[in-house]
Amino acid sequence: MAVLRKASLLAPSRPEEILRPVNPWFIPLSFVVALLGNLVPLAGMAAMARPDFLALVILYWCIHEPRYVGVGVAWALGLVVDVADATVFGEHALAYAVLAYAAEYFRRRVLRFRRWQQAPQVALLLMIGAATVLLIRFVGGAPLPHWTYALPPLVGAVLWPLTSVLLLWPQRPARSSAER
Amino acid sequence: MHHVSDAPPPFFHRGPSPFARLAVFGLLSLALLFTDSRYGYLEGIRSVVAIALHPLQRIVQIPGETLAWVATYFTSQRELADEVASLKQQVLVQAPAAQGHELLRDENAALRALLAVHARFANAATAAEVLYTGRDPFSQKLFLNRGTDAGIKPGEAVIDQFGVVGQVTRAFPQMAEVTLITDKDHAVPVKVERSGIRGVFFGAGAGRMPELRFMASSSDVRPGDKLYTSGLDGIYPADLAVAQVTSVERETGQMFSRILCTPLAGVDRSGYLLVLRQGAAQLPRPDEPAEADAPKRGVRGKGRRSG
Repeated sequence: MAVLRKASLLAPSRPEEILRPVNPWFIPLSFVVALLGNLVPLAGMAAMARPDFLALVILYWCIHEPRYVGVGVAWALGLVVDVADATVFGEHALAYAVLAYAAEYFRRRVLRFRRWQQAPQVALLLMIGAATVLLIRFVGGAPLPHWTYALPPLVGAVLWPLTSVLLLWPQRPARSSAER
Repeated sequence: MHHVSDAPPPFFHRGPSPFARLAVFGLLSLALLFTDSRYGYLEGIRSVVAIALHPLQRIVQIPGETLAWVATYFTSQRELADEVASLKQQVLVQAPAAQGHELLRDENAALRALLAVHARFANAATAAEVLYTGRDPFSQKLFLNRGTDAGIKPGEAVIDQFGVVGQVTRAFPQMAEVTLITDKDHAVPVKVERSGIRGVFFGAGAGRMPELRFMASSSDVRPGDKLYTSGLDGIYPADLAVAQVTSVERETGQMFSRILCTPLAGVDRSGYLLVLRQGAAQLPRPDEPAEADAPKRGVRGKGRRSG
């Protein structure tokens, strides 16, 4: 069948497990945990290099489950972050909305790669989100930030394979005894 | 969406396209940005979300608290004995000052009464713990675990055992946001301890040293000088330690010298802070148009809103 042939062209080059559908409760839970990660009090270098866990998780769901998480959800979560970080309302909301849109635009491309190969692309996507925040701050008259401003997206990208594995865990098929 | 295979078949249709959604939410964000930074209409919503976030912020505290508890539990007897000994010694060293202090305070009160000067800041204060520090690299903020329920109000000064840490800029029911003295949009009126010269201490943002700005190059400021609040703003009580001058550069071409300082307080280290009540020292605040004289206020108008 033509459809099948087309599907095989689109499919990733490596064999893939057939995943179980995502539990809709798992998505909000992952957001809460990511937000907790953002709120943990840190100091010094750790605080400077801390990735935006929430952006990372939003990115994951936008790429893997675009039917559940898209621009709207990302925007609403951005508002929550604006309160938690005491920034102007709409700053992170806009950044996450742009991030979600970029993720939706690139998701097919990103999914064709292996996890560690996805990381550089994720770094780019996270940078787009960070750049949006930066742009808004520039409009508000902020000076050029320290170079460490680029650290969180990079650290986030390094953590991407781990994030993917963790968030995909509940969807992995149960191993039947016939299989192995 | 240029490729044929990208477009979902009609039976998978999922409402407006991502770009349409981005446009809608983007415009919404811009509207919010504008409304929030120009007019403070959204503080109500902010405090509602802040209350909803509060349980999460408590949960985040647990690992640190547990670690601290475990560490305390396993402190050895010897360490405790050492600490007691050093504390005793410290008390002895401070005893003369403390004994003299009572006398001096009474004398000072009497003199001030004679001069009909406003009483010094009231001693009322609320101890609070740092919940977490703001993640925003553009502003220096932290959050305390006490809020309006403990009587904390925006504008109150926050100190630690070494000196001024910052100022409460927003108060929620169970939480308060503190803008640190190192924040780019924060200024503290100070005086130099040695010479008594008044000036304004400006924060410079993360990783940059705060400055004592607009000091004429002839002014008597030396490295090592201590800066204390002058109390002229009516926000910070007078005579709280703020910073120490680290370097003074005088260039012949410049009208002002460049004076870099190091905050004395553990601005980014202290875990427990004290919020000082605004006491009798508070003067009636001038009307809003007077906001133009920016350096007189603890936080300049812009900083209070956009941080």
